[in-house]
Amino acid sequence: MSQNVTASAHGGLTLRSDPWWALPLTVVVFLGSFIVYSTWAAFQNAHYYVPPYLSPFYSPCISKSCLHLTFGWGLPEFSLPIIGIVSPAFLILAGPGFFRLTCYYYRKAYYRSFWLAPMACAVRDRSGYSGETRFPLILQNLHRYTWYVAVFFIVVLTWDALLAFRFPDGFGIGVGTIVMWINVILLAAYTFSCHSCRHVCGGVLDVFSKAPARYRLWRFITRLNERHPVYAWLSLFFVGFTDLYIRLVSMGIIRDWRIL
Amino acid sequence: MPTAIMRVFRGDAKGGGFQEYRVPAEEGMVVLDVIHEIQATQAPDLAVRWNCKAGKCGSCSAEVNGKPRLMCMTRMNIFPEGEPITVAPMRTFPLIRDLVTDVSFNFEMAKRVPAFRPRPRDPDGTYRMQQEDIDRPQEFHKCIECFLCQNVCHVIRDHEDNKRHFAGPRLFVRYAALEMHPLDTNDRRELLKEKMGLGFCNITKCCTEVCPEHIKITDNAIIPLKERVVDEYYDPVLWLVRKLTGRK
Amino acid sequence: MAETKYETHEYDVIVIGAGGAGLRAAIEASARGVKTALVCKSLLGKAHTVMAEGGIAAALGNVYPEDNWQVHFRDTLRGGKMLNNWRMAQLHAQEAPARVLELEEWGALFDRTQDGRILQRDFGGHRYARLAHVGDRTGLEMIRTLQQHAVHKGIDVFMECTIIRLLLDGGRIAGAFGYWRESGRFVTFKAKAVVLATGGIGKIWKFTSNSWEYTGDGVTMALDAGADLIDMECYQFHPTGMVWPPSVRGILVTEGVRGDGGTLKNSFGERFMFKYIPEFFRAETAETEEEADRWYTDKKNNRRTPDLLPRDEVARAINSEVKMVRGSPHGGVFLDIASRRDADYIKRRLPSMYHQFKELADVDITKEPMEVGPTAHYMNGGVRVDADTAATAVPGLFAAGEIAGGLHGANRLGGNSLSDLVVFGRRAGLYAAEYAQNLKGTLTVDAGWVEALAQEALEPFQRTGGENPYAIHRDLQETMQSLVGIIRTEGELKKALEELATLKERARRVRVDGNRQYNPSWHLTLDLHSLLTVSEVVTLAALERKESRGGHTRDDYPKPDPEWGRVNIAVRRRHGDITLTPDPLPEMPDELKKLLEER
Repeated sequence: MSQNVTASAHGGLTLRSDPWWALPLTVVVFLGSFIVYSTWAAFQNAHYYVPPYLSPFYSPCISKSCLHLTFGWGLPEFSLPIIGIVSPAFLILAGPGFFRLTCYYYRKAYYRSFWLAPMACAVRDRSGYSGETRFPLILQNLHRYTWYVAVFFIVVLTWDALLAFRFPDGFGIGVGTIVMWINVILLAAYTFSCHSCRHVCGGVLDVFSKAPARYRLWRFITRLNERHPVYAWLSLFFVGFTDLYIRLVSMGIIRDWRIL
Repeated sequence: MPTAIMRVFRGDAKGGGFQEYRVPAEEGMVVLDVIHEIQATQAPDLAVRWNCKAGKCGSCSAEVNGKPRLMCMTRMNIFPEGEPITVAPMRTFPLIRDLVTDVSFNFEMAKRVPAFRPRPRDPDGTYRMQQEDIDRPQEFHKCIECFLCQNVCHVIRDHEDNKRHFAGPRLFVRYAALEMHPLDTNDRRELLKEKMGLGFCNITKCCTEVCPEHIKITDNAIIPLKERVVDEYYDPVLWLVRKLTGRK
Repeated sequence: MAETKYETHEYDVIVIGAGGAGLRAAIEASARGVKTALVCKSLLGKAHTVMAEGGIAAALGNVYPEDNWQVHFRDTLRGGKMLNNWRMAQLHAQEAPARVLELEEWGALFDRTQDGRILQRDFGGHRYARLAHVGDRTGLEMIRTLQQHAVHKGIDVFMECTIIRLLLDGGRIAGAFGYWRESGRFVTFKAKAVVLATGGIGKIWKFTSNSWEYTGDGVTMALDAGADLIDMECYQFHPTGMVWPPSVRGILVTEGVRGDGGTLKNSFGERFMFKYIPEFFRAETAETEEEADRWYTDKKNNRRTPDLLPRDEVARAINSEVKMVRGSPHGGVFLDIASRRDADYIKRRLPSMYHQFKELADVDITKEPMEVGPTAHYMNGGVRVDADTAATAVPGLFAAGEIAGGLHGANRLGGNSLSDLVVFGRRAGLYAAEYAQNLKGTLTVDAGWVEALAQEALEPFQRTGGENPYAIHRDLQETMQSLVGIIRTEGELKKALEELATLKERARRVRVDGNRQYNPSWHLTLDLHSLLTVSEVVTLAALERKESRGGHTRDDYPKPDPEWGRVNIAVRRRHGDITLTPDPLPEMPDELKKLLEER
C-alpha cells in the first residue's frame, strides 16, 4: 500500500533528469555492431589466412581444410559434421563467446542494455524477474569453466602470434605481426583480469598471510580486475579489427607493410 | 541571493505529492541544509531522518533528482541554478512520512545473518592476524548502513515479492565480511544460495555506483560470494574430487 | 497495578541510548539472564559513537611493552587536571585492554602490527602509543561490532523511540515513558532498572561536532529523577572544527593536521600561536618560527611548535584572534598545510581530511588553507555515578558513557571516550542486572502521572501562541555560543541566565502544527525542556567555579585555584529548584598518589 505511494512519487520510469539512457544505448550500438560483424565474418569461411597471419576468428585450425596448419603438419583426416554446413569459426567463436557471454562485466552491460533489467540505476525495471536463479541464466555460474577454455585460446593465439614472425622468406615483422601481438595481449589482459580468475588464484582464501605467493598473485589480478571493463571493450574491438585487417590483406584490398 | 526551487515529496502511506518551496540558497549549502531551512521557516512538520550531517551515520538517504544520495553530502552547487530540484523518499521502502521511509526490512535481514563464530584464541591468548588478512573485510566494515544500495537494487526496488528471499547488497557486504573474516568458522554459502537470493543479483552494479563509502560492493563482495557458491555447488571438478576422496 | 492506557512493555532492565555504552550495557545485562530492552531515538547503529575517529585507548602494550594500566591511569588524571574520580580512572585503565580484546572476539578488525597484534597509535596526553584503531573510523567499527553482537543475542530493540521521562515509585526507578517517533504514539516501559547511555549536550551550542541527538535529555531526566550532576562547567571545546560552509560548521578537523606540519594563521598571515604561549608551557615551546619548523624534523635540539599546545590553550587563542577581528572571512582562523607540505604527503597522511574539505567545502587542502574554529565536542562532566557499579543516586538508575561524569575530570584525553563506553557500559549493564535480580517487592507505575505526562507532551498542539521551536533552538545556540562558550566571565554568564529565562518563557508558548506522525517540530519542542535545562546547569556551574581548569575558562579568574581543584561542583534538583554544592573529591589511596608523583 505505502509501497505504492513511494512508487507513485517516482512517476513512471524514473525521476532522473540526466541522460541516463546514453550509456545503455552506446552499449547496444557497439556490442550490436560487433555481433553483426563477427557473425558475418564467421559465415565467410574465407580470407582468414594470409601467410603468416591467421585470423583469431578461425584459430585454431580444426579441420584439414584450414589453410593454415597451426599445429604443425597434418591434422588427422576428419571433418566434423557441422563443419560441412557452417564455417568452423562458429565452433571456434563459441569458446571465447561463452566466456564473454557469462563474463561478470558483460552481464552487467547486456542486462542493462539488451535485457532492460534495469536500463540504468533508479530506472524502473521491466516486470517479472528471477535473476540468475533459473535455467538458462543459472548457467552463468559456469563462467569459471568458460574461463579455462578462454585460457586455452590465449595459448593458441600466442602461438599464432609467434608464427606471425615466420614469413615465407624467414623471420620478419609486419604490421600484421604487431596487430596480432596487440590482439593477444589485450585478450590476455581481459582473460586474466576475470573475476573467476581472481577468485581461483587467491580470492578463495580467507587467510592470505599463510599463502604469500597466491596473495601476491591475487593482488596483481585485483589491479587488472579493476580495469576489466576496459580490457573487455578494447579486446573486443581489437579482435574484430585483427580479423578485418587480415581479411582485407588477404583480399588484396590493403597491403601489409613489412617492417623488418 | 539566488533562490533554490525545491520540489519536495510530502505525504504519508495514504498518498501524497510534490510540493514546491523556494529557499534562499547560501554558499556551500547541501541539500539537507535546504531541507532544514524549509523546516525552520516554511514547513515545520516536514519529516526527514538525519543524524551526523557529516556523511558518517548514513541516515539522510533520499533520491535527489532521481538519484539515490545522502542529502548531507550533496552540494547544491552541483545542480544548475534556477532549475527545480526534486527530493523524494527512497522508493524501495514503505513510506512513513515525507522523506522518511520504513527501513526495517534491512534490520530484519540483519537478524537472519548467522553470527560471527571465531576460532579459538592462539596459545598466547591473542588472535594473530596480518594486515593483509583483514584488508578485505575492513573495506566492508566501512559500510555506514545508509541503505542506498538496498534502495537502488532493482531486485527489490521494482519487485516487491523478492523481499521475501533476497537479502540485498548491504547484507551481501556483511556476509562477505564474515565469510572472508580470517577468524570466522561459520559457512553461510548454502544460506546465501537458498534463502538469501544471491542468485537474484544480476550484477548490474547500481549498488556500487551509489555507495557513499565507495565500497566496491559488486566486485569485492557479491562476485566473490557468487564464486564461493560456485566452489560449493557448481564446480563439477571439485564435486568429482570430493566424491573420489570422500572429503567435504 | 493500575494500567496506563498506552502501549506497555515490561522488562527487568531497559537501556536508553544505543551508542557504544548502551549497546555494551544491554549485552551485559542480557548475558546475566535478565529481560533486557534497548531503546534509542534513532535507528540502531546511528548513535554518535560512529563519529569517533582516532581510536580506543587501552594499555595493551603491543607497541610499547613499557605501557601498563598505571601509566594510563596517571595520564588520564594529569589530562583531567586532577579533577577525576580516581577509582573510575583506575578501573578504566585496568579494564580497557580486556574490553578491546573482547571486541576483537566479537568480530572487530583493528589495524595490525607487523607481528599480527593490534596496532596502537600516538595521541595527545598519552605517554605511549596506546590507541587501538581502524584507520580513522574506529567508532564505526566499534558500534557495528556491538550492534551485531547485540542483534545476535536477541536483545529487543526499540528504534526511533524517544524517552521523555523516567518513572519512579517511591524514589526508586519503576520504568520510563516516551513516544514512537514514527507514529507519535506514547509508550510505557515498566522496568526494575534503567541504564542511561544517552550521550552529551553538544546541541546547546551553535558550533558543534555533535548530531541532533545530543540534546541533553538523559542528563535532564537523571536530574529530574533526583540524580546528581558533576563537572558540568568543564565542557570540552575542540580547537579545530570546520567553520564554512554552514553545512559542515563544527565538523572536526583532526589534530593530525597540525601534527603533520599544519600551522594556524590569522588574516594577516601571522602565525599567532607564538603570542599565546602560557608561562606554564614556555620552557618546552618554541619561541621562533624557525625553531618550530625545525622541531618537525629534529625534536632533540628544538622545542615543540605552539600550534601543538594543549587543546584548551589553542581554542582560547583562536577565540581571541577572532574576537580581535583578525579571523578568516567566516569567523575562524586559517589552518595552513598547503604551503608547508607537498600535495602527495598531505593526501597520504590526511586522506579523510582531504576528502572532507574537497567534497564539502570545495577546498583543496593541498592548495589552500582551511578555515577552522573551536567547536563544542564533549561533556567531560555528567551524571555522578558510583565508580564500581555505575549506579546514580537514584535506586535502579545507572549511567554510562558520555552522560556519566567523573572519569575525565576537567578535560578528556583523546581515545579515552571509546574505552569509557565499553568499560563502564559493561559495568552498568552488570550491576543493573544484579539490582533487578535482587529487587524485592513490586513496583507500581502511577497511571495518573503517566497520563499527566502524556497531556503535557500533547499540549503544544493546542496552544495558541506562535513561537517556533526551531527559532528558539537557534536563539539558544546563539546565546550559549556567545555567552557560555570557551571563555566565560561573570557578566556574560549572568546575562546568559537572563536570556535563558526569556527562552524558557518563549518555550512555553511554542505551538506545533501538523499531526503527531513523525513530526520533527513536535520532537524538537519536547527536546527544548532538556536543551534549556542543561544550558542553565552549565551556566550556573560555570558561574560557580571561580577559576580556570581544563575545559572551563574564566576570563575573570584566568588561573587554576588549588582550593577549587579539591571539589566537584555537584548539581541537584530539589523541590523543583536547581542547587549547586562544592563536594570534596573522593580521597585517593596513597599507592595511587605515588603513581602520580612518578615521572
